[in-house]
Amino acid sequence: MESALLIHRLHFAFTVTFHYLFPQLTMGLAPLIVVFKTMAMRTGNENYNRAARFWAKIFGINFLMGVVTGIPMEFQFGTNWAQFSRVTGGVIGQPLVMEGVFAFFLESAFLGLFLYGEKRISAKAHWWSAFLLFLGSWLSGYFIIVTDAWMQHPVAYERLANGGFQVNSFWGLLLNPWAILQYAHNMSGAMITGVFVMSGVGAYYILEGKFQEYGRIFLRVGVIAGVIFCVLQIFPTGDLHGKYTAKYQPVTTAAMEGLFKSETGAAIVILGQPDEEHQRIDNPLVVNKVLSFLIYGTTAAEVKGLNEYPKDVWPTNIPLLYYSYHIMAGLGTIFVGVMLIAVLLLWRKKLYQSRWMLWIIMLCLPLPYIANTAGWMTAEIGRQPWLVYGLMRTTEGYSKTVHAGNGLFTLIGFMGLYTVLAILFLYLVHREIGHGPEPEPENVHTLAKAA
Amino acid sequence: MLLVWFWLVAIMITGYVLLDGFDLGAGVLHLLIAKTDQERRTVLRTIGPVWDGNEVWLIAGGGTLYFAFPWLYASAFSGFYLPLMIVLWLLILRGIGIELRGHIDSPVWRGFFDGCFAIPSILLTIFFGAALGNVIRGVPLQKDGYFFLSLWTNWRVGPEPGILDWYTVIAGVVALIALTIHGAHYIALKTSGDLSLRARRIAGLLWPALLLVTLLSLWATLSIHPNLLDNYKSHVFLFAIPVGVAASLLAMFLFQRRSKDKAAFLSSSIYLIFMLVGAAAAVYPNLLVSTTDPSLNITVYNAATGPHSLSVGLVFWGFGMALAIGYFVFVYRMFRGKVSDGESAH
Repeated sequence: MESALLIHRLHFAFTVTFHYLFPQLTMGLAPLIVVFKTMAMRTGNENYNRAARFWAKIFGINFLMGVVTGIPMEFQFGTNWAQFSRVTGGVIGQPLVMEGVFAFFLESAFLGLFLYGEKRISAKAHWWSAFLLFLGSWLSGYFIIVTDAWMQHPVAYERLANGGFQVNSFWGLLLNPWAILQYAHNMSGAMITGVFVMSGVGAYYILEGKFQEYGRIFLRVGVIAGVIFCVLQIFPTGDLHGKYTAKYQPVTTAAMEGLFKSETGAAIVILGQPDEEHQRIDNPLVVNKVLSFLIYGTTAAEVKGLNEYPKDVWPTNIPLLYYSYHIMAGLGTIFVGVMLIAVLLLWRKKLYQSRWMLWIIMLCLPLPYIANTAGWMTAEIGRQPWLVYGLMRTTEGYSKTVHAGNGLFTLIGFMGLYTVLAILFLYLVHREIGHGPEPEPENVHTLAKAA
Repeated sequence: MLLVWFWLVAIMITGYVLLDGFDLGAGVLHLLIAKTDQERRTVLRTIGPVWDGNEVWLIAGGGTLYFAFPWLYASAFSGFYLPLMIVLWLLILRGIGIELRGHIDSPVWRGFFDGCFAIPSILLTIFFGAALGNVIRGVPLQKDGYFFLSLWTNWRVGPEPGILDWYTVIAGVVALIALTIHGAHYIALKTSGDLSLRARRIAGLLWPALLLVTLLSLWATLSIHPNLLDNYKSHVFLFAIPVGVAASLLAMFLFQRRSKDKAAFLSSSIYLIFMLVGAAAAVYPNLLVSTTDPSLNITVYNAATGPHSLSVGLVFWGFGMALAIGYFVFVYRMFRGKVSDGESAH
């Protein structure tokens, strides 16, 4: 029984973690592509159109990976988490079906037009198809966040006679305050992935000494957007989200911070390893009173530690939760620093010559993926032991008829298949970056043949 | 209200079969009728801008089912665990086959992704047909409303059947042939020259087979579940459905002979609609029947979510689907007409 639960959790965790590597770039790149299209229309500079086309190619490969790894997510609610689906389908079925009819149809319709239709439609219509693609991807994100937010902080529901839940307020569910905060924080996180990928590629081009003109465009747009979203990520979105979590999931906050015992004027732990057995942090590096201030706005406030709560509501994997949160927050702080320095150099017109900074920007490229993944791990591990906070435990939700052997079989299958997808993705994106945003040599080839 | 949601789910499934059906059929035929690299690119271009949108009907249909009948969704998806996971893997392979083939100009690369597109397409049509066969045949539902099916047991239709038995294999073959014809009609319509002629010829050759398996599936269904005619007997107008199936088959035959590609494509669309609507009309109000005890059947009455969710759902669902149909009309108009050779492959 227990091993089946573990397998089903790993199954969902693995497939969703792999999946979300792609949508974060989709959602982060889409608005930046709209920016390029807008600048091309305003300035008439064809380089912006080439930049848009270059990123559209990477967007296309990335979007495909998001689609094919996304389909299994909806299925897994039923296949691996049947009891959860049965009980909560009347609530979370709503955002999931809305995602299908409002977001996916929009995205899929305009994706084809955006990627393959540039020659068929006017520049304005092509701008609109890029914009609607951006809208579709951001809407899709909202409905998924509404789903997760209901599991984190259930609102607008009532119990039915058969034990299931149904929605009792359509807008109440859609405008769950948790969802709005989480969405703001998450989308800003997706933008950070987008801007670091874009400016990382730009820095690479300048360091490599090729496509320099485009490298500068990517860096300029990436760094200016970057500083905005890196700041928004911490303040106000991260700050508000943290306060909300402390209010409604105080035991999660205590575990995230590694606060085993209540403290007045609580210190924040920057580094250190949680020792569950002795209920303390080893090798702690702390800043006094800061945790109380961050949560309550005053250094004198008491922050409740894990000792105040019964063990059966403690998150089930405290060290992993603690590390996920610290990795997320640590990287988020580093991002602000990197982008602030970069924008300062850009302002002083020194960025393109500062090779040390270009190296840093390029090497930062993978870090937002880690930060976003760690952020989601914080949210989901922090929700444990609950599947729906306070209402349904994770142990009650999985498919009892699917035994561990069958679950492991398909988990291994997904791991193998996703390894192939990862290799294909990296290979194709690497190739596109190598080709760069210049007009395609393939076209030159066909023109030559035609001549 | 329950009747309405039953039909909305049925419409979503029918929409999916109709739309993704032709690009699945194109996949079945891909290796068979497109010989050169140019022809294979042409086949892919006929479906390139639309296949992803077509597949969204599956997602939206699944979502609709989840929202309206969570008990069915939970029971069926966990019970059909293994075949659904295989379907997911096939959908992944097929998606990358369609989209990644054109990226690199190399015979090995393209050959690999041709296979990724074609073989999963063949298997998917069979699996989808078999899935429908399983729903009609029934599954060994337990008292808690759950079941679990192995991929196969003894290939018999008994109280402990497998996903695959002689009946569901027939259903799989019906789907394979019907969607292949549907795809052939689509390719004939969207291409010109040899490719179009070959597609037409295949559709013509398969027509007698479709007639045969349609009759066979009707006989097989009534032999395992004679009571499936009860709804038809109490609502005599429903007999228009089998008449519609017969008429669409006849129309398909006539239009194929006269090389009217568009009319032939419409006929195969109507055939698919009547077959699915006919099945839905027969099973209502059951959603999943029990092979062990009829009192354990999952019906619209015991599987639905609460009335408030359903009535609010009708508003946003209707609004959203109206928008979606608008996008579809727009995109299909944008990419209407035959695919020409001149454009660069995507």
